[in-house]
Amino acid sequence: MLVLARRLNESIMIGDDIEVVIIDIKGDQVKLGIRAPKNVMVHRKEIYQEIKQENIAAKESDFNPDKLKSLSDFFKKDKK
Amino acid sequence: MSIKIATRPYGEIEISESQIIDFPDGIPGFTFIKQFAILDTKEENSPLKWLQAVDEPELAFIIISPYAFMPDYRLEVTQGDLDALEVKGPDDLLVYCIVTIPSDPNDMTANLQGPVIINPVKRLGRQSISLSEDYSVRHRIVDELKKTAGSKE
Repeated sequence: MLVLARRLNESIMIGDDIEVVIIDIKGDQVKLGIRAPKNVMVHRKEIYQEIKQENIAAKESDFNPDKLKSLSDFFKKDKK
Repeated sequence: MSIKIATRPYGEIEISESQIIDFPDGIPGFTFIKQFAILDTKEENSPLKWLQAVDEPELAFIIISPYAFMPDYRLEVTQGDLDALEVKGPDDLLVYCIVTIPSDPNDMTANLQGPVIINPVKRLGRQSISLSEDYSVRHRIVDELKKTAGSKE
């Protein structure tokens, strides 16, 4: 892994068109600004993992048909 | 054309080929599932639908349009999402979120951070990752409905 030291408001370039700027540093938290082309996916590393865990939890949902009926009723009540 | 598939909620049923959506990347945790069918629930006018894996009868999710409980939901997708689904803009997409239902249905939650987006014309789908910090993987639907009802008064 390449390791670079940067100060506040300094940045690094990744290739020609991705820029990462140090926006703020407070204690153990660093705020980064990222300028990248629209087709580059940028997200916190934990998010993919969170979505994966939630999909696994959703698969284990309680799919009892009576319950689903009562769930659908929630929305009917709301409609009026 | 109609085809027969085995489903978790209804056993073997016949569905229209137009209900089958290709998910070239699967979804996180189930990347090996490349096709899902969207099925209505038996309840009339319910916003809930089934997202049924075509080749895995036991794998099915309950999904819902976020607009059914959060009218001001903002879909934020990347250019990569649009390119993958071969659409020009987000208006060409259908959007659903996956619902998690614990033993008390009042506590059901919707995943607004990972919306399932679909190009209904090409029947292509994927699970996106919302870039908005406002949405999490667990929004309690009952709370959102209360907020919506409150704001109408």
